[in-house]
Amino acid sequence: MTNLRLLDGRALELGAEGFAEHVRRLGPLPDAGPSLIDVVAASGLTGRGGADFPVGYKWRSIAAVSGGSAVVLVNGAEGEPRSLKDRLLMTARPHLILDGAFLAASAVGAKQVVLYIGEEHHSARQSMKRALAERPEHERRLVRIVAAPARYVAGTSSAAVHLVNAGVATPTSNPPTPHERGVDGAPTLVQNVETLAHVALLARTRQLPGTLLVTMAGGVQRPGVLEVERETTIGEAVAMAGGATEPSQAVLIGGYFGSWIEISKALTLFIDPQALRAYGLSLGCGVIGMLPASRCAVCEVAGIMRYLAGESSAQCGPCFFGLRALADACSRISEQGTNSSDLLRMRRWAAEAPGRGGCHHPDGAVMFLQSALQTFGDEFAQHPPHLRRSA
Amino acid sequence: MKQRLAVDRIRCDGHGMCAELLPELIRLDDWGYPIIASGPIPDHLLPLAKRAVDQCPVLALALRRVSEAA
Repeated sequence: MTNLRLLDGRALELGAEGFAEHVRRLGPLPDAGPSLIDVVAASGLTGRGGADFPVGYKWRSIAAVSGGSAVVLVNGAEGEPRSLKDRLLMTARPHLILDGAFLAASAVGAKQVVLYIGEEHHSARQSMKRALAERPEHERRLVRIVAAPARYVAGTSSAAVHLVNAGVATPTSNPPTPHERGVDGAPTLVQNVETLAHVALLARTRQLPGTLLVTMAGGVQRPGVLEVERETTIGEAVAMAGGATEPSQAVLIGGYFGSWIEISKALTLFIDPQALRAYGLSLGCGVIGMLPASRCAVCEVAGIMRYLAGESSAQCGPCFFGLRALADACSRISEQGTNSSDLLRMRRWAAEAPGRGGCHHPDGAVMFLQSALQTFGDEFAQHPPHLRRSA
Repeated sequence: MKQRLAVDRIRCDGHGMCAELLPELIRLDDWGYPIIASGPIPDHLLPLAKRAVDQCPVLALALRRVSEAA
């Protein structure tokens, strides 16, 4: 059993794969236990929720303090506006995710599994609920389902834990981290749903699936989720999505916490976390957004910055005030035209913000802006006023 | 054992006391929130750093060993 893909099996239009069909196709849940940690670590699997963190390392640190008391929090919040892959996976292959969750629970020594699913991802929640009802009783009784508020920061691990514990999806101070003290005070493994689906296949084949899920967004003929081989280039993925709707000027890799790349450099990049890391890039949550040449990059960036500023949980001054100021400066340039003092201030604020929030929200937003200022330097330096009638 | 300053960013309300007491290592951003110089605290500033920690009105400032996270 090699070369398994996440979306193998029935056509996606046919809806969720049931438990019997899942077991027929992949066999029963393999025995796991702590030995799976080494397999996961050796595979090089990294988190597919956005942070790209080594999974084996995370499991090991939780197993070391668990003593059978840990909690696995299955993160299906998917608050990233353009991302669709997590809810597609929950809707179509819920048992892969549940397999991964129970394997993780058995490996790190967990007595509870929390399914944390975006409150607006209705078909995903339905499908996960139905899938859970099909599982054997000894698995079912470990699980509870909790709705994640539809906010950008709700998917942050400490915010997820805070929601489960106290009903508020805001990030909390660190230390303690969720893996030290999480749900009900127990060491908590927070893992994205796609990451757990990879684990479900890895545990069966002992090798990492050669594919991953991305969401194609922006100027492509068929926006949506693709399962791509790691040797796929961005250009090939655009072709798989039906091609570009018109010539593109740039690509945003990794969603709103991602980086802008000029089209000339982007199309030959491999969609592989490791390969992208070598260029200082991150695949993040896997959104690949194509910006058509006819769209104004500055206005696009200003809109996203306003969104990110609005999604601050308003707990930390450098994020709440800093992102707002950065978004305002972007908007002034976008609406009224370039002015050098806003550009200077933006550069200074952007340099000061990283690392100064309780979570990584300001870091991600600023990384996005820095890459925009770099990629669209000329556009930001000579942006015309949009509110004036053109001659 | 080398130490460094850490701010609980959620707790910090931008009173600015720390920057008054330890301008050698702490300055304020445009909204009054602290920006801490990176790296370990030089030995001769340690007593002043301890005083800044003690005086923070919301107990958001702390000393940590350099090896510790966050």
